Amino acid sequence: MGRYALRRLLQMIPVLLGSTFLIYVMVWALPGDPFAGRCGQRPCTDAYIAAQTAKFNLDDPLIVRYFKYLGNLLQGDLGQTFAGQNVSDLVARAYPTTLKLALVALTIEAVVGLGAGVLAGLRRGGYFDNFVLVSTLFVISLPVFVIGFMLQYGLGIRWGVFPVTVSAGAPFADLILPGLVLGSLSLAYVARLMRSSLAENIRADYIRTAIAKGLPRRRVVGVHAVRNSLIPVITFIGADFGTLMGGAIITEGIFNINGVGGLVYRSIRLREGATVIAVVTLLVLVFLLMNLIVDLLYAVLDPRIRYE
Amino acid sequence: MSDPTASAAGVTGTLEGHAGSPPTTAEPGREKPRSLGRDAWEDLRHNWVFWIASVLILILIVMAIAPGVFTSASPTASDLDVSRQGPGPGAPFGYDLQGRDVLARTIYGARASILVGIFATAFATIVGSFMGIVAGYYGGWTDTIVSRLTDVFFAIPIFLGAILVLTSFPSDENTSQVAAYTKVAVALAIFGWTSTARIMRSSVIQVKQADFVQAARALGASNSAIIRKHVLPNSLTPVIVVATISLGGYIGAEAGLSYLGIGLQPPVISWGIAISDAQTYLRVSPHMMMFPIAFLSITVLAFIMLGDAVREALDPKLR
Repeated sequence: MGRYALRRLLQMIPVLLGSTFLIYVMVWALPGDPFAGRCGQRPCTDAYIAAQTAKFNLDDPLIVRYFKYLGNLLQGDLGQTFAGQNVSDLVARAYPTTLKLALVALTIEAVVGLGAGVLAGLRRGGYFDNFVLVSTLFVISLPVFVIGFMLQYGLGIRWGVFPVTVSAGAPFADLILPGLVLGSLSLAYVARLMRSSLAENIRADYIRTAIAKGLPRRRVVGVHAVRNSLIPVITFIGADFGTLMGGAIITEGIFNINGVGGLVYRSIRLREGATVIAVVTLLVLVFLLMNLIVDLLYAVLDPRIRYE
Repeated sequence: MSDPTASAAGVTGTLEGHAGSPPTTAEPGREKPRSLGRDAWEDLRHNWVFWIASVLILILIVMAIAPGVFTSASPTASDLDVSRQGPGPGAPFGYDLQGRDVLARTIYGARASILVGIFATAFATIVGSFMGIVAGYYGGWTDTIVSRLTDVFFAIPIFLGAILVLTSFPSDENTSQVAAYTKVAVALAIFGWTSTARIMRSSVIQVKQADFVQAARALGASNSAIIRKHVLPNSLTPVIVVATISLGGYIGAEAGLSYLGIGLQPPVISWGIAISDAQTYLRVSPHMMMFPIAFLSITVLAFIMLGDAVREALDPKLR
C-alpha cells in the first residue's frame, strides 16, 4: 500500500509539470502586448515596463521563464501580480471559502445522491425509482446558471428561506444554497450511478448467499450490497471534487462569493498570469490527490482489491 | 460540464465480438444470430425515450437549418415601443429589451447551440479516438507518453480551460459566425477529448487481443489496415455513446460561456447571450429569460435522453 502510494505520488510529478507548463504557455504566450491597457488611458512609462519586464523575466525565452517560475514555486514563492500584491495572499484569502463551498456541495451530493440512489436501486421500477430517474434527468438538462437563478429567486428572494448572497467570511449556513446549486449536477449523476450500480450488484451471488445464510436485510443491504456498489460512485465523487473547485466560477458569481472561481475569472480577464497559474496549479494538485485517495479507498471498499 | 462519461465508461461491448458468441444466445427459430448492432436497433425501436429524443432533435435540426419555417418574424428587427412587453397576440413569447421578438430570437438561437455542440463533439471525438487508438494499439512507450499527455489535459477543468483559450483568442463583431462557432467548439474540445481517448484506449486494448486481429496480422495485414478494418469498427461502440451524451454537455457549456460573456458574442444569436441579457430583468420581465432557458434545457435533455437510450441498447450488461 505504502509503495503503491509512493509510486503514484511520483507519477503525479510529470502530470503536474505538464499541466502547469500548458497553462503557463496559454497565459504568457498570448498574442498582444501584456502592458496594453495596464496603465489606464495613458501608455505605460518606460520605467514601469522595464521594472515589470524584469519582474516577470519577459525578455527570456518562454521555456527559460517557465523554469525560473518553477524554481520560485519550489521555494514556496507564487510570485506577484502586476500591482505588486503577493499571489499567495490572494490565494490564501480565496481558497478556504471555495474549499468550504466545495465541501458543502460534496456533502449534499453524497448524502442526498447516495440516499436517493440506494432507495431507487433497491426498488427498481417502483414509484420512487421513476421519480429519481425523471428528476435527475431534469436536473442534468438544466445548465448550472439556470438552476442557480431559479433557486436564488425562489428560495432566496420569494420565500426568503436562504440568504440571497453570501456574507463576508462565508459562514456555513450561507453556503447551503450555493452548495446545493454547485453540487446539483453531480448529485443527479451520483444518484443515477448508485442506482444502476446497486441494481446490478443486488443480483450478485454473494448477496444471495448472504440472504440464504439468514443475515438480516439491513446487513445484507448495508454491508454487502451498498459497500460493493460504492466503487464507481466514489470514483465519480473523488474526481468531482476537483471539478467542483474549478467549476465554481458561475456559482460564485451568482451568489457573490469571494472564492477561487471569482479570483481565477478576474485574473484571466485582467491577464494576471501569475495568479491564474498559481490557482490552476493548486486545482490540478487537489484533483490528482483526490484521485489517489479514491484509488486507495478501493482497497477499503472491495476486499478483493489489494495494492502491492 | 461534469463528467457525463463516467456512467458510460462501463460500456465495452464490441460489435463483432458479440456476434461471435456461441449461437446458444440466439433464440430458437431464428435463422442466424443477430449482431449487436441489429440487437441494439431492435431494442431502440421499442424504446419511447429514443423516439421522443429523436423527434425533438429532428425538430431542433430543422430549426437550426431553416429557422424561417417556425417564425415569420425577424430576429433582428427591433421596436423600442414594445421593449420588454410580455407575451400577447402577434408575439407569443413577448419582446426583449430592444423590442425584438423573443420567439424569433429563440428559434434562430438554435443554430448556435446545435452547431457548437456538433463541432465540439466532432473535434473531441476525432482527436480523442485518434489518441486512444494510438495509445491502445501501439502500447509500450507510445502508450505511456499519450496516456500522460491525456492526464495533463484531463487534470485541467474543462470550463476553466475553455475560458483561458477564449480569452487568448477573443471574438469580436468582425469575426465571421462560423469562425466564432468553431472557436468556442475548439476551446471546449481542447480539454474535452480526454475522456474519449481513455475510453477508446481501453476499448482498443480489449479488441487488440481478439483472435480475428491476430489472424489478420498472421495474414500479413499492415498496422494501418488492421486498425481501419478491425480495431476501429469494433471499438467504436462506447465512443458513440460518450459522444451522444457529451453533445448535450457541450451545448450546456456553450451557453455557460456565452452567459459569462466569453463564448459567442452579439450579433450572433444564442440562448446563452439571451439568458445573460435577461437576468437583470428577471423580476419584472421573466418571459425574456424563460423561453431561451426552456429551449436550451429541452435541447440538452433531448441529447442526453438519446445517449441514455443508445447506451442501454448497446450495453450488453443490461440485457
